[in-house]
Amino acid sequence: MTVLLETRDVSKAYGVFRALDKVSMAVHEDEFVSVVGPNGAGKTTLVNLLTGLLPPTEGEVLFMGHNIAGVGPVALADRGLARAFQLIQIFPKLTVAETVAAAVISRQKKRWRMFTRLSADAEIKARVREVAEIFGLSRRLETAAAALSQGEKKLLDVASAFALDPQVILLDEPTSGVSTADKHTIMQTLIAAAKRTGVKGIVLVEHDMDLVAAYSHRIIALSEGQVLADLPPDKFFADPKLIETVIGKRRGH
Amino acid sequence: MRPHPGAAAAVCGTVALALLPQVVPPYYVGLMIPFYGYAIALLGFNLLFGYTGLLSFGHAMFLGIGAYGAAVMSSVFGVTSFELVLVVVMLAAALIALPIGLLCVRYVGIFFGMLTLAFGMLFHSFLFKFYYVTGGDSGMRVARMNILGLPFNTYNKIEFLAGPFYYYCLALLLIAGLVMWRLVHSPFGLHLKAVRDNARKAEYLGVHVRRFRLAAFVISAAFGAAGGAILGFRVGLADPELVYWTQSGQLVFMAVLGGFTNFFGPIIGALSYILLQDQLQSLTEYWRFVLGAVLALIVIGLPEGLSGLVVDLRRRLVGRAA
Repeated sequence: MTVLLETRDVSKAYGVFRALDKVSMAVHEDEFVSVVGPNGAGKTTLVNLLTGLLPPTEGEVLFMGHNIAGVGPVALADRGLARAFQLIQIFPKLTVAETVAAAVISRQKKRWRMFTRLSADAEIKARVREVAEIFGLSRRLETAAAALSQGEKKLLDVASAFALDPQVILLDEPTSGVSTADKHTIMQTLIAAAKRTGVKGIVLVEHDMDLVAAYSHRIIALSEGQVLADLPPDKFFADPKLIETVIGKRRGH
Repeated sequence: MRPHPGAAAAVCGTVALALLPQVVPPYYVGLMIPFYGYAIALLGFNLLFGYTGLLSFGHAMFLGIGAYGAAVMSSVFGVTSFELVLVVVMLAAALIALPIGLLCVRYVGIFFGMLTLAFGMLFHSFLFKFYYVTGGDSGMRVARMNILGLPFNTYNKIEFLAGPFYYYCLALLLIAGLVMWRLVHSPFGLHLKAVRDNARKAEYLGVHVRRFRLAAFVISAAFGAAGGAILGFRVGLADPELVYWTQSGQLVFMAVLGGFTNFFGPIIGALSYILLQDQLQSLTEYWRFVLGAVLALIVIGLPEGLSGLVVDLRRRLVGRAA
């Protein structure tokens, strides 16, 4: 199996505090990998390293075999790694079509076209419609992002990331702030979208163990900056001690 | 196909401006030249402010580069073609804006504003103190030049400004407006708006945030210089007052008055400001006080400016008709 994204003995220190300590992990082609762990385990730091936002103190972060340590989000987007944020990130004044188009323009390398009419570009328009259709946003194309419902905003946030045609997509708690009833709908939309758009690997950072159990091929558990376990879901959930460490003791037990 | 409401407004506005010299006294026609200068400068200013989300408090510097550039070229080097002056001052402003922008776009919000203010003040002191080069507080003369290769010798300065030069500036504003319209409706323009709305998210969608901020800064500088050359040409003088920080504030005032969220806002703002200032000055010596009160009322009552009011009224009228 081809390795898409991996870290090799990566550490990240903030002063004397080691947020990550020699973490090695890999995401292979056609894999759905979840990263779990209690608050402060280093999940956010890991995501920031994987998306090239922060350089590691030690070790290497490789995407498709290239070192991406600290290259920054724009270069990563160009190479095919997209990220959706935990907190909904939208462009309030842009319409749904414009939001998706922003990513399509990057993907089609048309960002420096200063005098061509955006509305006359059939290639961009077609791709925008296609992505909107996948995420069920076709009827909202001309709606300003700020006027969407919370669930639609989340979908738009993720849809714009998918519009980059990424090889790998990194989802940071994609269902946070969404009602329990909508969680699975959103996850199923995401996975269907990944299949349709040719996304090869998905990394999910998540607190919600229901979602992790339902969709992951492999679960990586972090604790105090180290990899505690890297197991398929059946083995992971067969170990009550491990689960207790990851999610903490449940109330009433 | 229904015409874009903006296109309809632009056509009506152009026709009105073209007919204006036939119906109003030459005094008001002459008053319109600064309007054209400020409107062109503000189109650029608003690419930076309204579309990219960066509020510059030093933009008068670029108007100054335009006016002083025109002065140096016409009076020192004897250049007689105003078109050549326009091209050269726009390029010069863009070149000067490049290193300044590189530094400024590393910051946003108040820090960007203060840095641009600082550069504007530096430029003002340079003009003021280097007397032998710039003429200090007495400024530099801008000689009369040809437009489109024609000297218009039979016209005196007032007739020239109210006649050929008026239509020339109208044409310049139209060109500037068309160029800006294409810019903000291009893929490039959409990335600018993405930077304005959410820079962090934009980065993750492959938007070169800093490079695009810089591009907007440089383009706005070139537009500012073109406007400044027109202002200098009209008065026949480039003086350091044009670069003083209150001038930069005046540009911000005009953008807010007209409404920076609308493409036509800056043009409406420039026109209303010029007319308002002229009327107030003839009415009371406390005109600045009234202007200040107007600004406060606009910010509180009409955050989208006069153009926002127009759009709102149109929406209500159309809504009632439907």
